[in-house]
Amino acid sequence: MAQATLPPEVLDDAKARRYSADAAGLGRLRAGAFVAPALALISLFLVFPALWVLYLGLSNYRLTGAAAAAPRLVGFDNFVKALTDPEFWNSTWLTFEFVLGSAVIGQVVLGFLLAWIMRDRTGPLKRIVEGLVILAWILPSAVVSFLWVALLDRDDGTLNTLLHSQDFAPLLDHPMLSIIIFNIWRGAAFSMMLYGAALGNVPPSHLESARLAGASGWQQLRDVVFPHIRGHVLTNLLLISLWTFNDFTPFLLTAGGPDGKTEVLAVHVYQVALQGGELGYGAAVSTVILLINLVVAVFYLRLLRSKK
Amino acid sequence: MTRFVLHRIGFYVLIAVLLAFFTVPLLWLASAPFTSDPTYKVRLPDFTSENFRAILDNPYALGSLWNSVLLAAGTAVLVVVFAALAAYALSRVHLPGRDALLYTLLLLSSIITGTAAMVPLFQLAVELHLIDSQLGLILIMTGGLLPAAIFMMKDFMDSTPKSYEESARVFGASPLQIVRHVVVPLVRPGLATIAVWAVANVWGNFLMPYLLLSDVDKQPAAVIMYTLYTEGGQANIKLLATFGLLYSVPVVLMYLFVSKKYGFRFHGGIKR
Repeated sequence: MAQATLPPEVLDDAKARRYSADAAGLGRLRAGAFVAPALALISLFLVFPALWVLYLGLSNYRLTGAAAAAPRLVGFDNFVKALTDPEFWNSTWLTFEFVLGSAVIGQVVLGFLLAWIMRDRTGPLKRIVEGLVILAWILPSAVVSFLWVALLDRDDGTLNTLLHSQDFAPLLDHPMLSIIIFNIWRGAAFSMMLYGAALGNVPPSHLESARLAGASGWQQLRDVVFPHIRGHVLTNLLLISLWTFNDFTPFLLTAGGPDGKTEVLAVHVYQVALQGGELGYGAAVSTVILLINLVVAVFYLRLLRSKK
Repeated sequence: MTRFVLHRIGFYVLIAVLLAFFTVPLLWLASAPFTSDPTYKVRLPDFTSENFRAILDNPYALGSLWNSVLLAAGTAVLVVVFAALAAYALSRVHLPGRDALLYTLLLLSSIITGTAAMVPLFQLAVELHLIDSQLGLILIMTGGLLPAAIFMMKDFMDSTPKSYEESARVFGASPLQIVRHVVVPLVRPGLATIAVWAVANVWGNFLMPYLLLSDVDKQPAAVIMYTLYTEGGQANIKLLATFGLLYSVPVVLMYLFVSKKYGFRFHGGIKR
């Protein structure tokens, strides 16, 4: 569950396939038995937690103390508390900045730029650039987080060496900007590969005629390329927003600090529920996250359906 | 002509800036493990292998890598087996409500993320006495990965020809025999894809083991790595450098393997 799983490969079939016949003679009973273990695990460890979070959100569950032994339902108290809590709004606002800055703007623009300048290239330069961008994406989050902690270190960090500056501590002075840039670096690969595939679908002849008609680079992008990749842009936006919104990696860089300045909702839930022990309140915040995820995912699935 | 030259220069400046942006953070991981007395500063390595001793000196480092292997392998096996069985049945037999089921699974797996479910999963693990249980963690991660795996698998199953199964049936093979000896060999690339995908997911996963395993002897490399650079006192930079590298290498090898064998590209729904 490292990330919201909507792997693009699975959302296949623009062509509605006809369902195949039961060639092996499995029969419904055995088919049911084949599906059962998977369904059991999914129900217990995916569906049940999602339903239980709704219940927990309405209770005063705590990790320790009297309310841990005998929790009771408190109605919408947790939600009222969240909505009147400046910390909750602070986290919501930071999450908005994080998603907008690093995903919607950063990864989309950088990913497209990379795909665009590499589109007609072959050879070592393309392989090196793409390899490095993908490397940033596939390395374990605990490793890349530490690499950035080292990079941005106040005393010895490579950034200070490069800038010939001293005592510049981005993680303390500009923590939000730091994790936004980190996440652009971390996630640009997905957008790059998606736009790379999309640009392959733009008919070269269209671009050629636009060039012959004297269209500038920008005009070609807007009038020829964009109409062809509009669907991909939307897919890209929804997926990376969903993933960034649910990303726990900022915790590995700043743990929400300093002074809650990078406490995005994902980190906020961890801090209030598992550090602070207020499981009920944490569950209420989780419910809000679930609802937002639901809205984005439904949008995405409708988009996929409309393509069929 | 000048316009062309300027254009070229602009292009290469842009490439250089982008390359620097993606390379600089990674330099440390390439140089520090091989530099004597490494600091946070990137220096030219003198190719010492001395630092790797730090891994042996640390009581948890090697064990945590082994734990990562256990968790990743355990989860991958369960995901592949259960997803293959379910996907085969869903592909071949029209169970009532199948389409709705698939749609719901896809929706659920994309919205119930580790972040959204950490509170109830923690609670559930406490109630079921699965805290500090690696098997419990494997089951929880399997549950999270299964929906997407079933989806990918069903795609593979749908695109395999049924004629082999039919002929096997004519010769009197039982359904289970058919699955084992006919279907599995046919969808082997699909099984491999799902396995690699599951391993990669678990290998890098930090949140779930951090949440559910408090016993240091059971924690995987992701959690140990985090502990190493956040715990108080002087961080052991030799250890961080070499351990970080060792923990990263399998991911890179897996990526190279996949991209060489299958081509690491998008297909399916992304392309129209």
